[in-house]
Amino acid sequence: MKKQATIPAAQGGASARTIRSPIARQIRKNWELYLLLLPVIAYFILFEYVPMYGVQIAFKNFIATKGIWGSPWVGLQHFERFFDSYYFWRLIKNTLGIGLYQLFVGFPVPILLALMINEVRSRKFSRFVQTVTYAPHFLSTVVVVGMIFIFLSPQTGLVNLVITWVRGEPIEFLTEPIWFKSIYVLSGVWQQMGWSSIIYLAALTSIDPQLHEAARVDGASRWQRIWHINLPGIMPTIVILLILNMGSLLSVGFEKVYLMQNSLNMAASDVIATHVYNKGIIDGQYSYSAAVGLFNSVVNFILLVIVNRIARKVSDTSLW
Amino acid sequence: MKNETLGDKLFDWAVHALLALVCVIVMYPLLFVLVASFSSPDAVMRGEVWLWPKGLTWVGYSKIFQNREILTGYMNTILYTVIGTSINLVMSIAAAYPLSRKDLYGRNVISALLVFTMFFSGGMVPTYLLIKSLGMLNTMWALIIPGAISVYNVLIMRTFFQNGIPYEMQEAAAMDGCSNMSTLIRIVLPLSMPIIAVMILFYSVGHWNAYFSALMYLTDREKYPLTLFLREILIQGQMQEMQGIGDDVHANAVMESEAIKYAVVIVANLPVLMLYPFLQKYFVKGVMIGAIKG
Repeated sequence: MKKQATIPAAQGGASARTIRSPIARQIRKNWELYLLLLPVIAYFILFEYVPMYGVQIAFKNFIATKGIWGSPWVGLQHFERFFDSYYFWRLIKNTLGIGLYQLFVGFPVPILLALMINEVRSRKFSRFVQTVTYAPHFLSTVVVVGMIFIFLSPQTGLVNLVITWVRGEPIEFLTEPIWFKSIYVLSGVWQQMGWSSIIYLAALTSIDPQLHEAARVDGASRWQRIWHINLPGIMPTIVILLILNMGSLLSVGFEKVYLMQNSLNMAASDVIATHVYNKGIIDGQYSYSAAVGLFNSVVNFILLVIVNRIARKVSDTSLW
Repeated sequence: MKNETLGDKLFDWAVHALLALVCVIVMYPLLFVLVASFSSPDAVMRGEVWLWPKGLTWVGYSKIFQNREILTGYMNTILYTVIGTSINLVMSIAAAYPLSRKDLYGRNVISALLVFTMFFSGGMVPTYLLIKSLGMLNTMWALIIPGAISVYNVLIMRTFFQNGIPYEMQEAAAMDGCSNMSTLIRIVLPLSMPIIAVMILFYSVGHWNAYFSALMYLTDREKYPLTLFLREILIQGQMQEMQGIGDDVHANAVMESEAIKYAVVIVANLPVLMLYPFLQKYFVKGVMIGAIKG
């Protein structure tokens, strides 16, 4: 967000009465706009900032009858319990592992796809590829996980029929912990690569065609033009998305993890978000799981700030 | 291009081949589910169905229409999608239009208030406790109100209002005595139909596919959206099968869910997948506008 010239805050209530003050006049002129914003601001305060304030239960022992206010303070007790718990390293390892896997595999694929689609000259074929690859984005997580189960089922799944045919016995993809990360990340690539490529395609269309013209005259091959013109052209977009992705390294989308989780693959599928859900909402340990959730949000936020700062130093591109 | 070298031609060929492969990989699973939904469950389980239906049957579909819970879920999903999207749309316009106006005093502060929530939130538990204390547990409002505005969508919309609608036009309207409200309703909104279409699509697909808030807030099966029944059929049923509870007693139940599961995927995604090819350009437009901002 660009900072506009800010008007000194000193002109508060006193000047509001004098019609001559430009700010007061502006506010009065636009009163309807403020009226429109009123429910919006109320919404954000109630559903975003009140929970942020309510996160103080992470430092308290929440007792339902006493409410958030009345419950006694316990300091960092819940955090200590989390850091000392048997789950802590497992959760960090799984959450970070999935996040990094996703970053290394899931992040470059849409870029490659966009670069390839951009090379197709037939508009029909290009549109066909786009239509097909965008489609899975609109499937619900439940359906995608359901399809994973259908295809990987040891008894009836198509993939396992082939595997059984080749090596005699099926692979227990869904209950063996080692497979969990790969299935999670690769099915995510399947579902999202097309959709995520749109933003790079948009960036590619804004590259000046004269650059390509000039390079062609100078005898550059297609490969060289992609490498020296297209890739640098979409670099700012790549950096911005990389920052956003890094910022959410520890917030693995738990809707999908939760659906893929079962008692046998917990060693690989237990991530921070599902831990919060299981301990908090299911078991009712509100304070403890609020502490775990807060730890997660804080780490994410710090990561975002650090990566953003690095990006600004290195590439002049940043979120703020 | 006459002056293409051999290398360029090979390159071109490789790109087309790779993209064709990608299309096959993306499309095949969807195609298989469609084909399997029309095939006899026996044949599907034995792995005889690959590309073409075998033992053509409607049994899956007819079972769905006899299943009262799935129909209830379907109706609930439609209801939540329509009401939820309407509220989303009104709230997003109410947020985006004022924030698009450069003459709005305090606009940066309010924008910052909104954008901050994209990067930091109180988390699941405090939100749950809030919903609980507001008495919204086990009501449809728990699925609709907490997600009434998506900041990302507001930013897309604001960008459109700022760049797509000439500010001079709005000023001229104000000069002619048009109030802000009637400028919005009579001038800005009629010119914003493309972005409104994008918003309706983004929000309604979100509602249609949502399951987590329902899982968290609803206890009454009568109120479940379709996705929660899908979860039972596609995931929990399958899980039992995998953990070896597939003996004779359960064999019938397994066959039943085998018969229904492909058809239910098709039925659940039908509205989205049917509309999608026609609406694709709007979706893409939405992402593009979002990209300009970033």
